[in-house]
Amino acid sequence: MPRLEAAVIHMYKSLKDIEFIFPKEIDIEAFAEKSSFEPYSEEVVNYLDVLSKELNKDPNIRVYPDVATFSFFCRRANILSIKKKYLSNNFLRLGRGILFHIAPSNVAVNFAYSLLSGLLAGNLNIVRVPSKNFEQIDIISKAIEKISKKSEHEFISSRIVLVRYDRLNSATSYFSSISDVRIIWGGDETISQVRENKIPPRSFDITFADRYSLCAINADEYINEKFPNKIAQGFYNDTYLFDQNACTAPHLLVWLGTKDNVNKAKRIFWDSLYDIVKLNYTVQPVIAVDKLTSFYNQSVNMNQITKSVTPDNLIWRVELQHLSKNIDEFRCSSGYFSEFHATSLSEINKIIDKKYQTLAYYGISNDELNEFMKYEKPKGIDRIVPIGKTSDFSLIWDGIDLINSLSRVIEIK
Amino acid sequence: MDIVDILNVSPYSIDKNEKEKLLNPVLNELTNHHYMNCSQFKKMMDSIGYDFEKEYEYSELPFLPVRLFKMLDLLSVEQKKVVKTMTSSGTTGQTVSRIYLDRTTASNQTKVLAKIVSSFIGQKRVPMIIVDNEEVVKNRKLFSARGAGILGFSMFGSKRMYALDENMELKTEAIIEFLKKHKNEKVFLFGFTFIIWQHFYKQMLEKEIKLDLSKAILIHGGGWKKLINESISSNDFRKRLNSVCGIKSVHDYYGMVEQTGSIYMECEKGHLHAPVFSDIIIRRQTDFSVAEIGERGIIQVLSILAHSYPGHSLLTEDEGVLLGEDDCSCGRKGKYFKIVGRLKNAEIRGCSDTYVQKS
Repeated sequence: MPRLEAAVIHMYKSLKDIEFIFPKEIDIEAFAEKSSFEPYSEEVVNYLDVLSKELNKDPNIRVYPDVATFSFFCRRANILSIKKKYLSNNFLRLGRGILFHIAPSNVAVNFAYSLLSGLLAGNLNIVRVPSKNFEQIDIISKAIEKISKKSEHEFISSRIVLVRYDRLNSATSYFSSISDVRIIWGGDETISQVRENKIPPRSFDITFADRYSLCAINADEYINEKFPNKIAQGFYNDTYLFDQNACTAPHLLVWLGTKDNVNKAKRIFWDSLYDIVKLNYTVQPVIAVDKLTSFYNQSVNMNQITKSVTPDNLIWRVELQHLSKNIDEFRCSSGYFSEFHATSLSEINKIIDKKYQTLAYYGISNDELNEFMKYEKPKGIDRIVPIGKTSDFSLIWDGIDLINSLSRVIEIK
Repeated sequence: MDIVDILNVSPYSIDKNEKEKLLNPVLNELTNHHYMNCSQFKKMMDSIGYDFEKEYEYSELPFLPVRLFKMLDLLSVEQKKVVKTMTSSGTTGQTVSRIYLDRTTASNQTKVLAKIVSSFIGQKRVPMIIVDNEEVVKNRKLFSARGAGILGFSMFGSKRMYALDENMELKTEAIIEFLKKHKNEKVFLFGFTFIIWQHFYKQMLEKEIKLDLSKAILIHGGGWKKLINESISSNDFRKRLNSVCGIKSVHDYYGMVEQTGSIYMECEKGHLHAPVFSDIIIRRQTDFSVAEIGERGIIQVLSILAHSYPGHSLLTEDEGVLLGEDDCSCGRKGKYFKIVGRLKNAEIRGCSDTYVQKS
């Protein structure tokens, strides 16, 4: 093949200045020759279970709940229960081949979930981890390194490559050129920059673009909640835990119910949230200015908004009189919320476009939610989860079934 | 009291009580003027429940973040009355802020700058050395806050020369000539802090150029960001300059395009001073309440000059500390303070862009 030679030179040039985190040395061409395998194969289930155990041995895991959560996800029992739901048809599936994962720069453990999905679907994985030195990355890569010493896990170990390089490196172009699926996390700007690098004709991208999320609370139910603190803690995890900057973090709160109940519910909700935020969160000076700037900009570009009185800059609440389509443009990080009292869930349909990702909810039944999606057919919203669950990882993400997308179906007749 | 009357007050002559009496009505009136004449400003004020009828203490008046002038076109006079548009890039990216000036605002800015600066260099115009190259002013494409600053201060020069050529090299001979010619006069040097450091001080040091500037006065501004990277404090700056050219009178100033004219000059004791035409308030990040003396916070600036655009009360992106009021040992009345630096960019978690360059 005449093109191979060119690729070798290309590769040689591109792979300079890359930090190979795992393995320390690699022959990418030999790596690329390896086979993919069946989703949820015994090897990968075993591997993930060992990885989970290995991670639990690391004393540092106590400092990093995100690593602990990941480790918990990797347990055999969990993976097998997901597998059970998955095995609904009898088609043979195999991984697509080489996945090139580009993880977001500001979330430490996201790369591991991306890798996990790629492995579970039966693929070879090249993962670009964040260039920032998160300790979580060290913990996980150390565990992967350790397992690689065990020959019984060689099959999976040899299908993992972890790399780190800065954004100007030409490695993206090389890895793209050999990938069967490129998974791009991290927003519109990143996606368009990565897409300047070609992928082979049959390959495709799975992209996780900038999204907007919201929360709906039925006040008629909420006022009877016995543990509003628990709900507030869940909401805190949905938002402040990642500075309200994850795509899953709600920016808009939609209140449902009678006026009296909504007023009462708001008081309880914000008071109990404030207690938690006050204890756990600090607003940096520049963020305080950001919030004020966002608010004035919103007040000019939307009609009749008002600022609700809050004790300080930890929580900013913006009361909307009208729900307008451009609401997603007026968001800010670190605790800035717009609120609207809607007569029904269907009233919000008019603003929901493809940008909307997660709807967090409280006090709304599954039937109502199903009906809303089925009959209103909003253009967006891919995930509907209870408050507190927005950032839980699932193998169905952003409306994409990762295992099915990352594997191919073989028809045998 | 009318603005015109305040313009006649000596810049550092009145104390806290008098200043409040003087500024409260003017700043309330300005807020109402913008409320009536700038529809965006009205929407902002309505959204926070501003009461048009109420007489506020000026420390209670709302303040707009300076960044808003990069996002919105804000003006409180008819477009056709705008005689000058000031722009600045600032540090938050490529977008520029646009400040629209009508004739009155522009001329008041000039008057106030003259009053403040002449209280340092004297009423008479003096020979002036501009530590920059002339292209900055000549070339309209390059015209920036730097050019505007030079033009603004040029009114104090009887004779003017530019100390740097187009390659930013020191025009040593021309300077010596100029100093010889004005041997017995007080010479006024003006330039941007970093340029003075990089192209004036460093070249004199490296090329062992000896100039006698012991009778000269230097006014410089534009910020310390780059010098902080070289760990040069304002004290080091004075000492080192003194060591190469004997200059004794060195004054930094703090100012911004959003409030041109009403600048904050550094006194002989190294403190920045609020003149009667403007004021600063240090605010806490936690709730924007007013900070105590000695407490670090976000700087708010107020100016009585902003008539054509709603910039009379602004929240900057600078951090500072109020050092005291009415009791600086230099003898000037009013608040004195120091700048700590720009607000740090926040390290935000979340799935933000992998590839976007962070400033």
